Amino acid sequence: MSIVESKLIPQQACYDFVLPAGESWLHEVKRGQVFRILDLEGNQAVDTLFYNARDPEERYSAVDTMREQGNLYLTAGTRLLSTEGNVLMTIVADTCGRHDTLGGACAAESNSVRYAIDKKYMHSCRDSFLHALGHCDCGPGKIQMDKRDLTANVNFFMNVPVTPQGELTFADGISAPGKYVEMRAEMDVYVLISNCPQLNNPCNAYNPTPVRLLIWDEIIH
Amino acid sequence: MTESLSKQNMLWEETIPGGAHWSFQMKRGTALRITDVQGGANLSTLLYNQEEKLERYNMPDTLKAQHTAHLTKGFVLYSDMGRVLASIIGDSCGWHDTISGMTNATLVEKKYGKTDYQHARNAMHRDARDSFIIELGKWGLGKRDIVPNLNFFSKVSADETGALHYQQNHSKAGDFVELRFEMNVLVVASACQHPLDPNPAYLPKPVHLQAWRCGIPDEKDYCRNFRPENVRGFYNTDLLFR
Repeated sequence: MSIVESKLIPQQACYDFVLPAGESWLHEVKRGQVFRILDLEGNQAVDTLFYNARDPEERYSAVDTMREQGNLYLTAGTRLLSTEGNVLMTIVADTCGRHDTLGGACAAESNSVRYAIDKKYMHSCRDSFLHALGHCDCGPGKIQMDKRDLTANVNFFMNVPVTPQGELTFADGISAPGKYVEMRAEMDVYVLISNCPQLNNPCNAYNPTPVRLLIWDEIIH
Repeated sequence: MTESLSKQNMLWEETIPGGAHWSFQMKRGTALRITDVQGGANLSTLLYNQEEKLERYNMPDTLKAQHTAHLTKGFVLYSDMGRVLASIIGDSCGWHDTISGMTNATLVEKKYGKTDYQHARNAMHRDARDSFIIELGKWGLGKRDIVPNLNFFSKVSADETGALHYQQNHSKAGDFVELRFEMNVLVVASACQHPLDPNPAYLPKPVHLQAWRCGIPDEKDYCRNFRPENVRGFYNTDLLFR
């Protein structure tokens, strides 16, 4: 777990947006740009997927990312790999320390299994993802992305420890108000976020909160 | 009660050679025993709902619903639609991996060198990702349908820091895992080596498959009651067949 702070100044960002809890966000981050997700109130799950903006069939691969770095948890220095083995993003700063990519996104159907059958009518990350994709004409030739493009995502700021015996738990968060994670795009990348609306899980204190999203243009040294 | 494998209820059997790939249907109420013939096998596998192939095995939902990062007897394999594709009803090796993905062409060439069809004919080196692309193509599916997969017979654990450890010699000759199918399922499999197998030699091992008619599990079923979540997962699944 490594804490790396950023030197970038919010006033110099070319994009600065507060994403409310329960909302989705689909945005292109250009190669060389730096993208920050800021946990405004602490322990908010930010379910995130990445796609090659020129060919969204190439997308984030959680299993390749974990295997190639030899570690389950994402932090500064992690290279977010695509299904084709290319680097989509490199995490360049992280004041939280580690992020999950095993837990996936909540969905109506998985909520019915995990909590109770009638919880399937509650708002969920997959609903947010599908809403964003349903309203987007993405990519060259307006490729329509759909459910087939939803795969195992990153959960920024979530703490999902695995024991050596192979148990998995959703533990209390290690994030806090003001913690952030920052990544540099290594190609033109679509970032798809669901700012998680989960109300059944203590990991966010049953209180989903907004996050701040910032982008800086390429820094010329 | 469901039935164990016997000479009377066996439907078919077949051996997938090391490195080969195949895909086939398994109907609700049938089961599959996969046997590691020589020891050290790995079977990268994905499962799809045969009737609606947009519904497929979901690694995160399987793990978080059952609070586990590994798979063995009792655990079930969830689809992204909150249903149980298959249950693990038997297992002699105690741990199957689902967090490490599969081999790809770059990894195989880097590890084992290039051995192509022109020189080696059917002893050519194969990789699991290309094998999946081929098998999925037979069913109208493709790259977008490849999601985090199962690796039967392989063990990858994580220490307190999250560092991954591949356990060598985990599966022995004769070790087996048994899957009971709770839906009509398309099984896609590649018998390529595990991507973290440190063996510098390209030596993928064969697996033997035996399918049998086992019947539908009742309310007292072990896997159904293995976790409270699974009771609800089976409820969701049974709704499809009412």
